[in-house]
Amino acid sequence: MDLKLKVWRQENRKAKGRFETYSLKNISPDSSFLEMLDVLNEQMVNGNNEPVAFDHDCREGICGMCSLFINGRAHGPDEDITTCQLHMRKFKDGDTIVIEPWRAEGFPVIKDLMVDRSAFDQILQAGGFISVNTGSARDGNNILIPKYKADESMDAAACIGCGACVATCKNSSAMLFLASKVSHLALLPQGRPEAVRRAKAMVAKMDELGFGSCTNTGACEVECPKGISLAHIARLNREFLIANLKL
Amino acid sequence: MKLNAKIPSGPLAEKWSLYKSTQNLVNPANKRKFDIIVVGTGLAGASAAASLGELGFSVKNFCYQDSPRRAHSIAAQGGINAAKNYQNDGDSVYRLFYDTIKGGDYRAREANVYRLAEVSNQIIDQCVGQGVPFARDYGGYLDNRSFGGALVSRTFYARGQTGQQLLLGAYGALNRQIAAGNVTMYTRTEMMDVVLVDGVARGIVTRNLETGALESHFGHSVVLATGGYGNVFFLSTNAMGSNTSAIWKAYKKGALFANPAFVQIHPTCIPVHGESQSKLTLMSESLRNDGRIWAPKEKEDAEKIRAGKLKPTDLPDEKRDYYLERRYPAFGNLVPRDVASRAAKERCDAGYGVGSGQAVYLDFKDSIKRLGKNLIEERYGNLFQMYEKIVDENPYVTPMMIYPAAHYTMGGLWVDYELMTTIPGLFTIGEANFSDHGANRLGASALMQGLADGYFVLPFTIQNYLAGQLSVPRMDPAKQPEFNETLEASREWNANLMGIKGSRTVDSIHKELGQAMWDHVGMGRNKAGLEEGISKIRQVKDLFWNDVRIPGKADAMNVELEKANRVADFLELGELLAKDALHREESCGGHFREEHQMSDGEARRDDENFKYVGAWEYKGPGKEPELNKEPLDYEFIQVKTRNYKE
Repeated sequence: MDLKLKVWRQENRKAKGRFETYSLKNISPDSSFLEMLDVLNEQMVNGNNEPVAFDHDCREGICGMCSLFINGRAHGPDEDITTCQLHMRKFKDGDTIVIEPWRAEGFPVIKDLMVDRSAFDQILQAGGFISVNTGSARDGNNILIPKYKADESMDAAACIGCGACVATCKNSSAMLFLASKVSHLALLPQGRPEAVRRAKAMVAKMDELGFGSCTNTGACEVECPKGISLAHIARLNREFLIANLKL
Repeated sequence: MKLNAKIPSGPLAEKWSLYKSTQNLVNPANKRKFDIIVVGTGLAGASAAASLGELGFSVKNFCYQDSPRRAHSIAAQGGINAAKNYQNDGDSVYRLFYDTIKGGDYRAREANVYRLAEVSNQIIDQCVGQGVPFARDYGGYLDNRSFGGALVSRTFYARGQTGQQLLLGAYGALNRQIAAGNVTMYTRTEMMDVVLVDGVARGIVTRNLETGALESHFGHSVVLATGGYGNVFFLSTNAMGSNTSAIWKAYKKGALFANPAFVQIHPTCIPVHGESQSKLTLMSESLRNDGRIWAPKEKEDAEKIRAGKLKPTDLPDEKRDYYLERRYPAFGNLVPRDVASRAAKERCDAGYGVGSGQAVYLDFKDSIKRLGKNLIEERYGNLFQMYEKIVDENPYVTPMMIYPAAHYTMGGLWVDYELMTTIPGLFTIGEANFSDHGANRLGASALMQGLADGYFVLPFTIQNYLAGQLSVPRMDPAKQPEFNETLEASREWNANLMGIKGSRTVDSIHKELGQAMWDHVGMGRNKAGLEEGISKIRQVKDLFWNDVRIPGKADAMNVELEKANRVADFLELGELLAKDALHREESCGGHFREEHQMSDGEARRDDENFKYVGAWEYKGPGKEPELNKEPLDYEFIQVKTRNYKE
């Protein structure tokens, strides 16, 4: 396949960015999208130019490191996958592909297509855990968890923290990210003691870090590579409401 | 060098308890006076940093990713072993210990492996406590599945994302300690070197990957939890950034490197698609619970399938060779990984491969018929989806194509029972050390080892060391010449790389190294091939140091420089790996020397001459490394030939 790429280039956090256009020839449709960018970067280095910086690591859709807005969609045109799992067979020969970094106030661009998502870590540090010291847990089978609850908790826990939900939301809200963690833990008996405190602390942190509010447009659910449901936001709201009544 | 593993005396089952009850501890008020550096945030690193923080130590934790949650443990799919015996199928700590020693082909230490099995149960409890959503049955109890090399069901799992869930548990514990101020987190930071003061590890030099700035950090002790070196093969199941640099730099500062040749080639990975391939994707071993592995019985059928003239689904059972079931009736499709990998290679080399010729089938037809599509989807849905996205074929209908790929490295820095390397104060945990898996790791044991080391072993053993360090004050790296010297050496190293200004990209050279490793130091090794491999690796190394091109600057973000730093170390490690493979004139576990096999193609181990840990000592640039041997004495079990046939 022959392609034209319009790629966002930006020297560092402070520099002004711009789109650059590059041409690529003979890309295999069986290549992944990031392998196509590898080919671009080989070409750049061979031409003595600086390669395009982009985040990636596991390349199997689980680490959450890769990002990219591709032709206006987070993680590109395919459903339920991350950018690293996107394959070139989803594009046509001669296509022009526009590649941008995540755009959100909470995620400043570091360089080219890389953004700073440390705000996600900070939100979780505010309470996205169960307080149990190493060695103090009781036998795993002493806590019975109905299968449907364990399954639903696992659905929420599948979040990879990539940030597609924020990038795709017109308000740059981190509600789906936050809700997946609140829901994952609130559904389990071990997570109940802190459920209320957790929801309140995490929402406060999200607001503090400049993420917007949720207006239930549902774009996050559509673009989430792990298919995490909006229903978890409803559960978060419930926990948050109780938090405000109780505390 | 005389290697002292410091194995406690006493009966096998009591060694760890005896150790814990007599070791030195640091009192609570003194703990906060100690700085501990932990490099890496995978299962081992995150669990260690969190647990040390909980105890009250002042911890500095480093990772090269943008968040600790992204370490490659996250990609582990299948599960984690523990000797709970919840299934009432005869499991016990002893049986888990025995299976692990046997699976490792009798090249691991008894005392270490027993301790691993002993703490396995506590790991499950801890993870449940953290909210890891393990699979449950309808009664609400924890569910199990089976993995290779065992006759019991002892593997706990969270769909096909067990590593992710365990890591998120450890990351939660870590976040709690970061919030409490006990752990300081440094992301997008790569370790450049370890700093020794009077021969003792006292810190590290790092490179900030966003700004390129070199920095020094002090610690009373340094813990490396930096994972394995599988990316020496270029194509592996590891993440793109996984590297050997931290442990390699430690090796060059005097830590011994044990059993580098023990590399696990995982049998069930998605085959290579072409030139631009950047990594290989694993299909979990858990699939072998319900999938049956086969190749066509007749060569002409294999040829027709390769040419696209015959569909695998049209080939009747009697024309299929379920070769694992045929060769190993007792364990069938659940033989250990090394055995399954070699068997796949044997079939493909003999001309029975499908796809490009380098693939066999993993077929779910019978289990879908027996259990229904829904149950198979529930068990493996995300893996099937992953396969379909990559290969563009529906594995519910057409059997999966699989082929072995480099996956895990059993070798690593030599550590004693306390997990300390031969450099005082330098500890190594998880995949980065060599300790528990011998010559082959069983499935679902990597997660177990990483968390055992981080939650339940290191937090005790490191205190036995630190208790003797109370008189050592916190050092200011700016005033300590050793830190500045190390930092300047790293600066010069980077400058040398930048100064080559050649014509070749880092990746293109890495691919050449990987090809040489795979061809000559891969699944089937022999003397002539290894010698040729060593000479090729040296040629690639020369090419690298004469002709690599790194655009940009060293004092700014520079992804090519990051990669070059990693490849420079892989080139040196690759040679040591091949040397270790050359010296080990036997076949054991993942190390298969073609000269040493039985008439039926099974591995021939040589206990008389090679029942030892081979620990290599760096002697300086251009000099031959020296081999040190730690004999393996089996006091409690009888060493036998592995047999998975009956």
